[in-house]
Amino acid sequence: MSEQATQSQAGAETPMVEMRGVNKWYGDFHVLRDIDLTVKRGERIVICGPSGSGKSTLIRCINHLEEHQQGEIVVGGVPLTQDVKRIEQIRRSVGMVFQHFNLFPHLTVLENCCLSPMWVQKRPRREAEAQAMQYLERVQIAEQALKYPGQLSGGQQQRVAIARSLCMHPEVMLFDEPTSALDPEMIKEVLDVMVELAREGMTMLCVTHEMGFAKTVADRVIFMDQGQIIEENAPEPFFNAPQSERTQLFLSQILGH
Amino acid sequence: MTIRDKMIEERPAPGLSIGPLAWLRANLFSGPVNTVFTLLGFYLLYVLLTPTIQWAFINADWIGTSRDDCSREGACWVFVNARLTQFIYGLYPRDELWRVNIVFASFAVLIAWLAIPRLPFKRWVAVVTLLVFPVVAYVLLYGGYFGLRLVETHRWGGLMLTLILAVVGMVAALPIGILLALGRRSEMPIVKSFCVVFIEFWRGVPLITILFMASVMLPLFLPTGVSVDRLVRALIGITLFQSAYMAEVIRGGLQAIPRGQEEAAAALGMGYWQRMGLIVLPQALKMMIPGIVNTFISLFKDTTLVMIIGLFDLLGIVQAALSDSRWLGFALEGYVFAAFMFWIFCFSMSRYSQYLERKLHTGHKR
Repeated sequence: MSEQATQSQAGAETPMVEMRGVNKWYGDFHVLRDIDLTVKRGERIVICGPSGSGKSTLIRCINHLEEHQQGEIVVGGVPLTQDVKRIEQIRRSVGMVFQHFNLFPHLTVLENCCLSPMWVQKRPRREAEAQAMQYLERVQIAEQALKYPGQLSGGQQQRVAIARSLCMHPEVMLFDEPTSALDPEMIKEVLDVMVELAREGMTMLCVTHEMGFAKTVADRVIFMDQGQIIEENAPEPFFNAPQSERTQLFLSQILGH
Repeated sequence: MTIRDKMIEERPAPGLSIGPLAWLRANLFSGPVNTVFTLLGFYLLYVLLTPTIQWAFINADWIGTSRDDCSREGACWVFVNARLTQFIYGLYPRDELWRVNIVFASFAVLIAWLAIPRLPFKRWVAVVTLLVFPVVAYVLLYGGYFGLRLVETHRWGGLMLTLILAVVGMVAALPIGILLALGRRSEMPIVKSFCVVFIEFWRGVPLITILFMASVMLPLFLPTGVSVDRLVRALIGITLFQSAYMAEVIRGGLQAIPRGQEEAAAALGMGYWQRMGLIVLPQALKMMIPGIVNTFISLFKDTTLVMIIGLFDLLGIVQAALSDSRWLGFALEGYVFAAFMFWIFCFSMSRYSQYLERKLHTGHKR
């Protein structure tokens, strides 16, 4: 407990995520170009941009689902290296929610949420289950705990996925287009959970096209195109007075209708 | 413009669209041509089945001790009856058969326990089956300990030998196959090339060749004085051969699991073996049940090949009995019996796999 306290004390000054001069290539294709980004603790950041602009790749580099070839990434004061132990240590403090939920279909909702606390954090089953129920209640899906993911709607599955991440007590949450695969009437239930999470002070990086969400919760909005950060600003100036032509064009396209 | 102001109530399906009569009409007598084929089919069944049933059951002789007890109109099951002990136990000493029976019975109980979903303590029974039972079975069958008479493996035979070869082969080939399949997908070049070479070597060589090499060539490479039991050599050969096939079946299953599954597990901080053991393999193995059982069934039947290196499995011992001068001319009965025994085991495996597939599928369907 005391170790945790000192960690979070030190964390008050160190940024949650720091990327310096990050570059990445897929073969010859230069997906991320000189990315510099600092995310303070408690900050909510929305990343948007056209498809193929590298926004998903960027957040996937933070928990090393993608490997960057140049530059430096520091998560919670821990530099990301090739070392497997260190990568796993960072992943334990970084939660991630995927576009296609990626729940484990052979396990119940409750087991989905308990698996990692039990196996990775070695917590006893009863404690892990109690905690999972608590988080499932928070995303208002506790009554489905014994069902399998395949029996739930997309919106419900995504809420379970959020609860599953929260069970690991992450210090930062990455959202990779969490509502893009959902039917329109289910988007709101997921966004509500995310807004709630933001209100509680969770550090968040969200790749999303939900501009309403960006306006409500984001501290900063980042616009990416062709692997680079084009514009970065607080939501109000970003939406009302975008500086770059690309940003203006992009915003007019997605807000136009 | 239309507006519905009253919702439509649910109605039952019309009269002759469900039930056995409707099934008959839809599947067997749906038109003149199909009716002719159906009747023709029934006639063919009648022509083929009547003599078979007459030969095998109605005109058959069941009880007796020698060939004179057979009236020779139908099958002479007396032959099988008289030789049954040998067909099941091989040349195992007659007064030690209880040892084999105990092994058979306890194995049947353990397997039934694992197969019937209602029974508790599955994990412990599995541990006993995999760790304790093999030792007990070895001590009981081979002897040499606790005052049990030593029974050399060349006296083992018949169904007992077939089951030993098949069960040991299956139990050993599955985990080796899983490791090979994972290794083949590994990003570590040495592990990967080793697995690829291993799999391609064993898959490229016929099982008969492997058995020949194990029985004829292996002793040439071993230093004098060191000898490995012939049965053990056959077991190693069969296991390695089948594990290569198993590896390819499982690799197919691994490829069918979306990458997102492993990514989600990784994002939750799980290490490689946790990702594989908790997330990827359970799903892949479930998907691969038909393929795995198919490999098991072919392994079960392939055990008959040990005949060529002088081990008498069920088929081998039936064939040996055919050349007994007192029982000449009962080849058909012998082969039908052997085929029936193999069929029973293979068919049960197939049925159980279908049941397992259905059971594991519930609730996961989208």
